[in-house]
Amino acid sequence: MINKRKIQEINAGSMADIAFLLLIFFLVATTMNVDTGIQRVLPPMPDENQEQAPMDIKRRNIMLVFVSKFDNIMAGGEAIDITQLKEKAKEFILNPTNDENLPEKEVTNIDLIGNYPVSKGVISLQNDRGTSYNLYIMVQNELTRAFNEVRDELATQKFGKKFMELAEEQREAVQKAVPLKISEAEPRNIEGGN
Amino acid sequence: MAVMKKKGDKGTPAISTASLPDVIFMILFFFMVSTTMREQELLVKFTLPTATEVQKLEKKSLVSYIQIGQPSTKELVAKFGTAPRIQLNDAYKTTQDILEFVASERDKLNEADRSSMTVCIKADASTRMGIITDVKQELRRANALKVSYAAAKTLGYE
Repeated sequence: MINKRKIQEINAGSMADIAFLLLIFFLVATTMNVDTGIQRVLPPMPDENQEQAPMDIKRRNIMLVFVSKFDNIMAGGEAIDITQLKEKAKEFILNPTNDENLPEKEVTNIDLIGNYPVSKGVISLQNDRGTSYNLYIMVQNELTRAFNEVRDELATQKFGKKFMELAEEQREAVQKAVPLKISEAEPRNIEGGN
Repeated sequence: MAVMKKKGDKGTPAISTASLPDVIFMILFFFMVSTTMREQELLVKFTLPTATEVQKLEKKSLVSYIQIGQPSTKELVAKFGTAPRIQLNDAYKTTQDILEFVASERDKLNEADRSSMTVCIKADASTRMGIITDVKQELRRANALKVSYAAAKTLGYE
């Protein structure tokens, strides 16, 4: 048995097993899901020592959206259905007929857009402690949708593209023209609306 | 050599498995790139609400999570009941602990990134707003103002 072998190749048969082990480790230890959510910026906590300045916002510039603990929605003084909320919010933001009871507009000069009547309206969202989170998110979603649609309309009109497809500066301009003004007010624990 | 010859007189040759490691490595790299490390074990269970206007959370390293929901397993339910609980990191916490939690999460970040820290609230759809309002108030107190209400994307209701 004289063996005149040349240099033997490294046995790669177990390479597959090693790769399989690594693969299984990564399958187990990692997740793939991307987190999505509705993004909001909370108002900063008012200073406790400081006197609360009275709100100098006119009544016509505020739309109160209240979600009761029985999951009823009241917007701008009347009980409405979740499906009506978006249209109502859009009407509030745009005020197309320059109604006396809907928010004022201030003509502002914005880069890339020019003079645009920026609404002074603020949507104030209030909820009860007993409101279900599901409905709260649905209401938040409808309000966001109203703002996004208004932005989309403006973006299409000015730049011929949807808001999300705009360039950075254009998007900022549209954001300035249609600011996302949803105030999540101090919590209240009340039985009905007032 | 003669012995070898005798053994190897099969009819059909075996399929070559030489490229199998390469294939597996390719799958491995795919998973390494497209997934992220699982961060923590869930002690609460939740089904997220659905929404159409959701945005992706861009940088995962800047996001801290607050989970709210019922205890997830039977043993935990027996121990803690079915009332919704707040989970921070790997344990049940109360709203008072959020201040500390936010401070420690903020310390982990770079100086430059601290202002863009986001808190993702993952709450069960059937939770009542009371507990979430408390959490929101604590977050305001902790000056963590960027929040994201986790929701799954749908194309529309009904």
